[in-house]
Amino acid sequence: MKKIIDKSQDYFSQILLGITLLLAIILLSSLSPHFFTWGNIRNILDQSALLVIMGVGMTLVICTAGIDLSIGAVVALSGVCMAVAMHSGIPVEIAILIGLTAGTLVGLMNGFIISAFNINPFIVTLGTMSVTRGIALIITAGIPIYGFGAAFSWLGKAFTWWGSGHIGPVNPPMLIGLGIALLGAIILNYTKLGSYALALGGNEEALHRSGIATKNYKVIIYGICGFTAALAGLVVTARLNTAEPLAGYMFELDAIAAVVLGGTDMKGGRGSISGTVIACLLLGVLRNGLTIMSIPSYYQQLAIGLIILIAVITSELRFRNTLSRSNA
Amino acid sequence: MSKGLSNGYIISLKNITKNYGNIRALQGVNLDIRLGEVLALVGDNGAGKSTLIKVLSGAINPDHGEIIVDNNVYGKLNPALAIKLGISTVYQDLGLVDTRNVAANLFLGREPVKFGFWLDKKLMAKKSGQLLKSLNVNILDPNRMVGQLSGGQRQGIAVARAINQGGQVIIFDEPTAAMGVNESRQILDLIKDLGQQGYAVIVVSHNLNHVLEISERICVMKQGNLVADLVTAETNPSEIAHYITGVQGFKNLQEISS
Repeated sequence: MKKIIDKSQDYFSQILLGITLLLAIILLSSLSPHFFTWGNIRNILDQSALLVIMGVGMTLVICTAGIDLSIGAVVALSGVCMAVAMHSGIPVEIAILIGLTAGTLVGLMNGFIISAFNINPFIVTLGTMSVTRGIALIITAGIPIYGFGAAFSWLGKAFTWWGSGHIGPVNPPMLIGLGIALLGAIILNYTKLGSYALALGGNEEALHRSGIATKNYKVIIYGICGFTAALAGLVVTARLNTAEPLAGYMFELDAIAAVVLGGTDMKGGRGSISGTVIACLLLGVLRNGLTIMSIPSYYQQLAIGLIILIAVITSELRFRNTLSRSNA
Repeated sequence: MSKGLSNGYIISLKNITKNYGNIRALQGVNLDIRLGEVLALVGDNGAGKSTLIKVLSGAINPDHGEIIVDNNVYGKLNPALAIKLGISTVYQDLGLVDTRNVAANLFLGREPVKFGFWLDKKLMAKKSGQLLKSLNVNILDPNRMVGQLSGGQRQGIAVARAINQGGQVIIFDEPTAAMGVNESRQILDLIKDLGQQGYAVIVVSHNLNHVLEISERICVMKQGNLVADLVTAETNPSEIAHYITGVQGFKNLQEISS
């Protein structure tokens, strides 16, 4: 029993968030007959999947006490790269690979600049955000690239499948989201990379003194974040059948909000993928529910902002409490 | 004892020099370190003790000089190389990750993995328990966050980690500086034990009573120079204090005895 209580202490924010999610679902189901239908749930999962994909990479980065503001721009750049590649006749699979590589490279570049020159991640990724967005705009001359279906009909289908295909009752974005979340949880909890990500956020100097190549690990972690953002780019582009140079605008803030809501500490050292996933679902449910109940979007913004604030304050106060109690 | 040490020393520092701009932190220091001996490094603030042990632990690079470990000559070390060569350091701030658990801290940088990537957390927890028990560090649960532990327990973990790194040389930087009486007692006993077990132990300390109790040899530093190399059993606090503060000439008992 004591063990169960101890465990539940470790997972406090996830459990609290899970209960909130459950309550929200029950409440919204009782308020609207349309909420708890498979069609609507599918819709929520579809929307949340995108956030989960980006959130996993962002969780790893924030665990290191870092931040990546460039992911929204990476979403756009990777989509644009895929579109340009397909329009020049490159097969779908390779075009996708090119887009994912482009996004991963931006991530690796972030990690390299941050660790090689020891510059604040906020500033570095603010810069690369603008650079990346700029490149996406230059490549497309600011004009969206669309109609992969029309230009190369079977190729187009193979591509748009990634955004709106069907695999039984679910679709590829949901499966990608699930896969990335599982992979992220394994990395964070059961590999050296994840362990060092958390330790980097706790005390980077201690890792360095223990002989760990901290810089390399940072580069890899930002690379992963770039990769997940590029995957999100694939989903967005395929779903809309359009590569939009302004796609993913402000996605970075949604991802950061979900990660923090999920109990990951902006100061680094503490974080969880499951928390991020539940937070993404909660945000998805709330946005969807508020829309279904035809509450104006201004209020939605307000409500979601307040929920994030309350969650972060609760988690921070609780963490301080644990520390002070045990030190007494 | 380590193999093939022609002169009986595990580490020899030759003519180590380090300048910070105009400040001459180390002015050609020579020091030999023996296995099974607790060597205390004493001196006033700014005497160069910290700089010297940072050279040994690989935290800073000397401008000149040689570090000879197991008869291999190095111009400089880095933390990873120092640990690989068997030199571990227990820093004054302990260098622990407060937000990680005991096991993660003990195995920082040398985590056991299965299939090349999967952290063997079970083994880590089990070995952590054994290691801490062997050092008489009383921690019930290796899964507890280090930030939740007491100062003595935290130091125990830092020492255990140094031992777990598998080296023969352990450096302590001001081990009793922030400790209470009981905790100081524990760490002093532990340091003596390590010497008897055959480790080469280097202790930097301001506390002469502690130094006299645990060390076999006391080296005094002053203004970047090693000004005395004394056998603890043959010296006394006032002589040491003279070397720390005064202007007496160099007295090297090694030279006299050899």
